[in-house]
Amino acid sequence: MHKLLSDVVAAATVSADWIGIRTVKDISRACAIRDAHPERNSQHFGHGAMVEVLAQGQFGYSATNNLSAESLSAAIVIAYNQAVAASAWSVHRFTPAARPKATGSYVSPHQLESIAPGELNEILLQVCDRLKVSDKIAQTSATARSHDIETWFVSSNGSDIYQRQCLVETHFGTIAQDGPTTQLRTDHGYLAHSYQGGWELFPGVDLWQRVQQVGEQAVELLYADNCPDVATTLVLAPDQMMLQIHESIGHPLELDRILGDERNYAGGSFIKLEDFGALTYGSELMNVTFDPTVAGELASYGFDDVGTPATREYLIRSGKLERGLGGLESQQRAQVPGVANARSSSWNRPAIDRMANINLEPGDRSFGEIIANIDHGIYMETNRSWSIDDQRHKFQFGCEYGRLIENGQLTRTLKNPNYRSITPQFWHSLSQVGDRNTWEIYGTPFCGKGEPNQLIRVGHGAPVCAFDNIEVFGGAV
Amino acid sequence: MTDAVAATIAEKVSLKEIIFGQLADRVAANVPTATHFTLTLSGEDSQFSRFNRARVRQTGQVSDGNLTLTVMQSERTAAATLPFVGDFEADWSLLKTALADLQTMVPQLPVDPFVVLPTGTATSRTVNHGQVLATDAIAATLLSPVQSLDFTGIYAGGLIFRGYADSAGQRHWFEGTNYSLDFSLFDDQNRAVKGTVAGSQWQQATFLDKIDQAKQQLAMLGRPAKTIERGQYRTYLAPAAVAELLHMFSWGGVGEADLQQGNSAFGLLRQGQRQLSPKFTLQENFQQANVPRFNAYGEVAPMQLPVIQQGQLVNSLVSSRSAKEYQVTSNYASRGEHLRAPEILAGSLGENKILTALDRGLYLSNLHYLNWSDHPNGRVTGMTRYACFWVERGEIVAPIDNLRFDESLYHCFGEGLVDLTDCQETIPNTDTYDQRSLGDSRVPGMLVDEFTYTL
Repeated sequence: MHKLLSDVVAAATVSADWIGIRTVKDISRACAIRDAHPERNSQHFGHGAMVEVLAQGQFGYSATNNLSAESLSAAIVIAYNQAVAASAWSVHRFTPAARPKATGSYVSPHQLESIAPGELNEILLQVCDRLKVSDKIAQTSATARSHDIETWFVSSNGSDIYQRQCLVETHFGTIAQDGPTTQLRTDHGYLAHSYQGGWELFPGVDLWQRVQQVGEQAVELLYADNCPDVATTLVLAPDQMMLQIHESIGHPLELDRILGDERNYAGGSFIKLEDFGALTYGSELMNVTFDPTVAGELASYGFDDVGTPATREYLIRSGKLERGLGGLESQQRAQVPGVANARSSSWNRPAIDRMANINLEPGDRSFGEIIANIDHGIYMETNRSWSIDDQRHKFQFGCEYGRLIENGQLTRTLKNPNYRSITPQFWHSLSQVGDRNTWEIYGTPFCGKGEPNQLIRVGHGAPVCAFDNIEVFGGAV
Repeated sequence: MTDAVAATIAEKVSLKEIIFGQLADRVAANVPTATHFTLTLSGEDSQFSRFNRARVRQTGQVSDGNLTLTVMQSERTAAATLPFVGDFEADWSLLKTALADLQTMVPQLPVDPFVVLPTGTATSRTVNHGQVLATDAIAATLLSPVQSLDFTGIYAGGLIFRGYADSAGQRHWFEGTNYSLDFSLFDDQNRAVKGTVAGSQWQQATFLDKIDQAKQQLAMLGRPAKTIERGQYRTYLAPAAVAELLHMFSWGGVGEADLQQGNSAFGLLRQGQRQLSPKFTLQENFQQANVPRFNAYGEVAPMQLPVIQQGQLVNSLVSSRSAKEYQVTSNYASRGEHLRAPEILAGSLGENKILTALDRGLYLSNLHYLNWSDHPNGRVTGMTRYACFWVERGEIVAPIDNLRFDESLYHCFGEGLVDLTDCQETIPNTDTYDQRSLGDSRVPGMLVDEFTYTL
C-alpha cells in the first residue's frame, strides 16, 4: 500500500502546494443476540482512499473506494480542481504548514485477533439467558463488535504514517416490565464498553457478575420510587460522567464550532476564542485532559488524520481553560493553542476537529468519603437520555439508575433520575472529585458531527464526582 | 451541470446497474440449491461543499458503494458488506471471497427461527435523473447572492443508487440525481434562520426566494429578545419543528418489535391507557416520496399505510421478521421498522390564521437535539432553535432566547393539540451519515396548548 500511494503522489502532475492520500482498511465483525435468538451476524470489509490537495490556499478532496493507481491519480486531479474552483471563495488561505511532514506508526495493544463465530454467539446467548433473572424481564439483548482498522498516510512533503487500531465494543441490557411500567437497565450504556484491544477483553473476569446485577437492577427499578423533584447534591458515576464530559466540555471546546463551521448542524459554542487562557470554566477541582496516549482507551492513536503527532494536553487545569480542541487548520485560523484532533470517521470523509479521549483527572476522595459528606443527595448511574442546546449551554440528561443519599448513606433506589442545568453553573458547582479507585474509562462509537455527517469514536475516563445544588427530577408516576 | 457531465453520469449509472445484475447472477450460480441469498447495493457519487461566513470551508467529491450479501441456509443466516467499485472482475473477486466466508460461518451459528427467506416475485425500477449544479459553479452560484450575509451550511448533490437482488429472482433498482442545500443565516447577535432547498432540478429562482424569506425572518430577529420564564405556553410548531417531533415515532415508536418488547413510547396507546387526538393522522405515503419502496427483503411496501388514524394506532410498522416472531401480518416495513415516507395529514388552520389562533404564546420554527426524557410515557425533551418568537394578540412581539422543552407526545398529539395547518410542507432528509440519505416527510404546522418549557 505504501509503495502504491507514494508512486501515485510522486507521479502527480497538478501544480499543487501539497498532496496527501490517506487509505483506510476496516475489517469489522458484529454479533447481536436478542431474547435468546440471533439478530445479527455480520462482517464488514471497507477499503478506500481520501485524496487531499492544497492549491491556491484551498484544500479540495476526492474520496474513492477504487484503489487502482489510475483511479487514485484521477482523484488527485479531481481534488485539485475542487480546490482551484473554490479558491476564490476560501474561508482561509491555508499553507502547507497545516500538513507538516510526519513519519511513524501506532498499533493498539491487543492479544487475541479473533474469536470463532459460534463461540461468540454462545457467550452472548448465555448473557441473554442469565439476564432473565425474573419473569418480569421482557427483553434481553447482547452485542459484540470488533474492528481492525489500518490507515496509511502518505504525502508529497514526505509524510509516511501507518496506524492500526484494534477495537472491541460490547453491550448487554434488559427491559423489565410489569403492566404499563417498563424500565431499561444496561451495562453502563449502549456500547459503553468500547475499548482498544483484542478479544482478550471479552468476556472478561467480571462479566457474569455484571450480567446478574443488570438483570436484578432492572427488576428493582420497576418497584422503585420515582426520583424526587428537588435541588440537591448530585453524585454522578463514571458512566454518566462520560456523557457529561462529552456534551458539556468536549463539544464546546471544539475550535471549529467556535469558528462557526458547525453552526448549521451541530451548533456553535458559548466559548469564545478570547476565553482560552482567561476563562474559569469551573471549580478548581476540575482538571481535564485531551489524552490519546492512554493504552486501551477507545480513541488512542499516534497521529491524527492529517499527520499531527498526538500528545497529552491539559484543556482545563484547576478550573482554568487553557486550550481548545482544534487541529492544525483550526489553529491556523483561530491563532489559539489546540491539539492533534483532526479526525475523520473513515476514508470517505475529510478530517475535522473531533474529540478523542477527553478525561477528567482523578481527585482525592474515596467513594465512601464522597457519600459520607452529603446530607441529602441523589446518586445516578448510566446515561439513558441526553439533550443540550446548540451553544452547549442548557442541558438535560437522564440516567437509568438512581439512589437516594440521606445522612451520608446510600438508601432507597430511585427510578427515572434526570437532572438539568447550565454548563458553567454546573461545572462551578463541582464540589468533590473521586480518587483513582473511582476512575473508570468508557467509550462510545457514536459521536456525531460535521457536514457531511460523521460518527466517530471517543473515549472518556472519569472518577465519581459530586455537584452541589443541582435540579433533579423524575418521570411520570 | 453540463449535458456532457449529465451524459457521463447516466452512462456510469447504467454500467453500475448492469454490473450489479451480473454480480447477482454470478452469486446465484454459485450458491447451492438449499441456500438462499439477498444482495443489496447502496452507493453514491456525491459532491459536498461546506460553507461558513459565505465562504468555502471544505469541498470535495465522494465515490462510494457497498454491497451487502446475506446468506441463509438451514435456518441460519449471516451477512457481509464489501466495497462496490463498479468493475465486475474487482467486485466479483471480493464478493466470491465473502460468499465463501459466509458459507463457512453460517453452519457455526445458532438457529434463527425468524429468518426471512426471499420468496416474492417483485421487481421494480425507478430512475430519476435531475439537473444539479456543476462542480465548478457551486461556489459562485451559491455564494455570490449571499456575500452581505453570514451564510453557513452544506450543498450535497449528485448520484444516489440502490439495488436489490435475491435467490428468488426478485430485482429492484433505484437511482436518482438530486441535491440538497441546507443553510443558516446568522445576525451579529448570533441569532439564526434556517432554510432548505432540495430536489432533482436546481432552480436558481427558488434558491433566491428562500434566501429572501430567510433575510426577512432574520430582520425580525433583530428586535430585542424577550426572556421567557419556564412554564406552559400555547405554542405553534412550524412544519420543520413538527418533523423533528415526528422523528421520535421512528425511535422506539411505532415499530412492532419495539411495541412487543416494551421499548415503545406508544405501548400505552396500544394498551388503551393513553389517547391521541382525533385530529391526528399519520401515514406512510410513498406516492411522492423520493425513496425506494422496496426493503432489505425485496418486499415492496404498500403505496399508503395508515399508522395512526384519527388518534387510533391502526397499524404498527411490521417487518416480515417481526411478523414471524409475533405471528402478525407483515406490512413490508424495513428491518428497523422506522417510517420511510411519513406524512401527517393537514388540519383546518389556515396559514394566514396561525398567529391569530396562537394569540398569546410561542411561535417555534425549529427544534433541536430531541431525546426521550421518559420513554414509556412518550415524554420528549429538546431545545427551540432558529427563528422562534413571542406572540401577543396575534402579532409577533419579540424573538426569544432558546428554551428547553419537556413534553409528552401524548399531550402534543393528544389533548393539547388545538389544530393542524391546512397545508403541508415537505421537509427533506438531509442526513449524510455514511452516505446521503433519501426521503422526506410531509407535515403541517401544529398549534398546541400548554406546551411545557423547563429551562
